[in-house]
Amino acid sequence: MVTGALLKEFTRLVGANNVFTHEADRLTYSYDAAVLTPVMPAIILRPTHSEALGEVVRLCHENSIPVTVRGAGTNLSGGTIPSEGGAVILTHALSRILEINEEDLYAVVEPGVITARFAAAVESKGLFYPPDPGSQAVSTLGGNVAENAGGLRGLKYGVTGDYVMGLEFFDSQGNLVKTGSRTVKCVTGYNLGALLVGSEGTLGVFDKIILKLIPPPAARKSMMATFSQVQKASEAVAAIIAQRIVPATLEFMDNFTLRTVEDYSKVGLPIEAAALLLVELDGHRAQVEDDAQKVESICRSSGATNLRVAQDDSERDKVWEARRTALSALAKLRPTVVLEDATVPRSKIPAMMQALEEISRKHALTIGTFGHAGDGNLHPTILTDRRDKEEWQRVEAAIHDIFDHALTLGGTLSGEHGIGLAKSHYLEKETTRATLLYSRRIKNALDPKNILNPGKIIGE
Amino acid sequence: MQDMRKLALLLRQIEDQLAVCMRCGMCQSVCPVFAETGREGDVARGKLALLDGLLQEMFQDPTGVDDRLMRCLLCGSCATNCPSGVKVLDIFIKARAIITGYRGLNPFKKFIFRNMLAKPHLFHKVLEWGSKFQGFFARPVNELLGTSCARFLSPLGHRHFHPLAREPLHRAVPSVDSPPGSSGLRVGFFPGCLVDNIFPQVGHTALKVLHHHGVGVFMAENLGCCGIPALSSGDTDTFNTLVRHNLQSLQSRDLDYLLTPCATCTSTIKKLWPTMAEGLLPEERLRVESLAERTLDISQFLVDKLKVGAFLQGEEGDRVPVTYHDPCHLRKSLGVFQQPRMILKASSRYLFKEMAEADWCCGCGGSFSLQHYDISESIGRRKRDNIAASGCGVVATSCPACMLHISDMLSQARDQIAVKHVLELYGECLEGENPA
Ligand SMILES: Cc1cc2nc3c(=O)[nH]c(=O)nc-3n(C[C@H](O)[C@H](O)[C@H](O)COP(=O)(O)OP(=O)(O)OC[C@H]3O[C@@H](n4cnc5c(N)ncnc54)[C@H](O)[C@@H]3O)c2cc1C
Ligand code: SF4
Ligand code: SF4
Repeated sequence: MVTGALLKEFTRLVGANNVFTHEADRLTYSYDAAVLTPVMPAIILRPTHSEALGEVVRLCHENSIPVTVRGAGTNLSGGTIPSEGGAVILTHALSRILEINEEDLYAVVEPGVITARFAAAVESKGLFYPPDPGSQAVSTLGGNVAENAGGLRGLKYGVTGDYVMGLEFFDSQGNLVKTGSRTVKCVTGYNLGALLVGSEGTLGVFDKIILKLIPPPAARKSMMATFSQVQKASEAVAAIIAQRIVPATLEFMDNFTLRTVEDYSKVGLPIEAAALLLVELDGHRAQVEDDAQKVESICRSSGATNLRVAQDDSERDKVWEARRTALSALAKLRPTVVLEDATVPRSKIPAMMQALEEISRKHALTIGTFGHAGDGNLHPTILTDRRDKEEWQRVEAAIHDIFDHALTLGGTLSGEHGIGLAKSHYLEKETTRATLLYSRRIKNALDPKNILNPGKIIGE
Repeated sequence: MQDMRKLALLLRQIEDQLAVCMRCGMCQSVCPVFAETGREGDVARGKLALLDGLLQEMFQDPTGVDDRLMRCLLCGSCATNCPSGVKVLDIFIKARAIITGYRGLNPFKKFIFRNMLAKPHLFHKVLEWGSKFQGFFARPVNELLGTSCARFLSPLGHRHFHPLAREPLHRAVPSVDSPPGSSGLRVGFFPGCLVDNIFPQVGHTALKVLHHHGVGVFMAENLGCCGIPALSSGDTDTFNTLVRHNLQSLQSRDLDYLLTPCATCTSTIKKLWPTMAEGLLPEERLRVESLAERTLDISQFLVDKLKVGAFLQGEEGDRVPVTYHDPCHLRKSLGVFQQPRMILKASSRYLFKEMAEADWCCGCGGSFSLQHYDISESIGRRKRDNIAASGCGVVATSCPACMLHISDMLSQARDQIAVKHVLELYGECLEGENPA
């Protein structure tokens, strides 16, 4: 607990309405969306303007209080699980869109702006902000940058980091650091933005974010194809890319997932199919039509058993409804959902799917897999009940095996969900001991007291 | 010191339901309370985590959890939107009952529930008495809306409220028992406390509309409250008493359906009577279940059973634009949202126009608005702004509780926008028409 003069000082900075110390409130900031053990913070602070944010960080530094910044708390890797006795800083009240510049195609936002709200504001100006994580209805842009969040459009449009033009952030002592700019080009100083994107609150606290905007595509077209073997679906993916077509979205669903989705939402999916591909093309109308025909014939020649091209918006919505409901449909089967994020080079998807099948058999677990086939980012989803200790051990072993296989196939631990606490002990395995030490030295130089989200990514 | 282990044991009955929450946080996007306060303890995820905390014996005292649990409209927005299918309302209502059973009911509520609400006859008397004297402390502020405000400092604060009706429905029409007409159907009619005592004209219109459509009606004398105020405060005793009382009163003969003009009563009878009423005899339980199955919102009955459809004649320009607010208890609890809109489209003098965020809660939440009026009010202002932006001179809805709160918000903003039950508008347009 934080008491006495320090509590007074925090209260003076952010206002009594924005300091929470009651044990019940502290419990509600002890977890996030990762399946990990909660840790109670000592105090929760909600600054309402930039200066207060900086001052709060400074005060925490002076008093050696660990700081965990929290947006919507939807990350899946424990990035917002605080340290024992630490402070949680909420960005909820820093949620202004400061500027949407239609001439120079950028926007300046505070970190607590909700992703979907921002995307809608940009759209209302006739512009486009592509990153669309599945959690966008609640996730914050600060959280997106700190996790380098992806989404369905990653294949063609990239991830959050690809849209960060500049950042203003507070260092561990509460001093304001600026990097990048409002210009398309900028080589002034080190590229600190690259270091801060995906840093999960361990290297600085974002105060303002400059994001790139682009013109929206004129036309979109969606289609859905099913295959009798994962291998065939994968061949279709490879052939699409080989034809120099880059769909905005190229999603995959395995048989277990599509059966579950069909059970749940009755959208008319062929439940016998081994794999389902969902494709969305966008761009100029003529090109979209052209590409759509090519994709259609590629899918057919790769042995698609069923092909549905959406003819209008409502059909398009139906196609995507299947994908959107994937997680909810799976989640309803068992109490605990472990949403994994291992990513492999796209050509290795069949091998990875094979491995996942073996893992699920070996550990006698239910795993449904869906994900971004276009970029090899699969989401094997383990359905379990954390309260069953014996089963939970098998789950942990399975997670271990999933990482092992992904790495053997030349893949990575995490495509978009981050490392946080959940995967920090695997980091060395994917990289080298030296990589970990190098990272720790950077952290140590920038945050000698180790107060910024300690333990995340690189361990303690 | 209180025995937290005992409480934890009692909470075991909701343990399995609690485990379904995966802490994804998606409920943050739809919770009206969270939208105003931004506090995790106010959103379903936070409250579920707190209940889990009680279950894990993390607290020395349940007060902090209880206080936060009560900062909830029971609107069900979270449950409707939850990817994991957490039965949030079930959990909250059960938890309130368990915690209240453990801590004891607040003495004021206990007095009101046990001595008045649970005794319908006395309850009616007290309200009638109140309606005679209310002029003493209330003065009218908005004629169109029919709202009043307090003449001097009162527990009602600066609210603009609807006074009690001079003649409640049960006084004007103590009971009805008519045979099926041309439709061949006979229904039970359950007006609900608010329609009975504050908006009796809605009840009168309902009876008129049913008569118009050739539907036989049975309205029992001395019906009680549906029980939701007691249940949401965790008072299962009063709730059980009321369910039993009503079951007795509704002991009628061949009712095809039971209709209410109140979204809250409909969802309580349909969803909570069968799941929450305890201590019923097996025979009573069967009756509750069969009654719940046949309970419908009145517009749902008109559209689904009597096939009332849109009115398509005449110039659109001659009609009065009306917008519609979705009561949470209809849309989120029961999935009923097309039928009331259809009733508006069937109302020949009106032109239905959708407003933004029609299904966002109005902020009333029954007793929530008594305890947390500040939050209720800020949620309500958002609703008011959307209504005003629709440009309509009338806002219709299907729940008298929403009518009260929306009237308060519009009246405080000095809007000249009428608040009506959908049935009132429909009934108005039937005047002069021949019965079906
Ligand atoms: C249902 C569901 C679907 C999801 N779908 C996707 C998906 O498609 N793609 C994807 O990439 N992720 C997805 N996620 C994961 C998660 O939503 C993202 O990681 C998102 O970016 C987190 O945003 P947030 O606001 O919740 O951040 P939080 O969880 O609050 O925080 C995440 C990290 O960012 C740090 N942080 C937050 N704000 C700041 C700041 N101002 N300065 C410095 N650090 C900060 C925190 O300390 C923490 O380490 C999903 C999660 C769920 C529950
Ligand atoms: S949306 Fe459902 S599963 Fe997700 S946190 Fe809220 S209640 Fe839990
Ligand atoms: S029932 Fe309504 S007010 Fe209560 S937690 Fe759910 S969304 Fe929020």
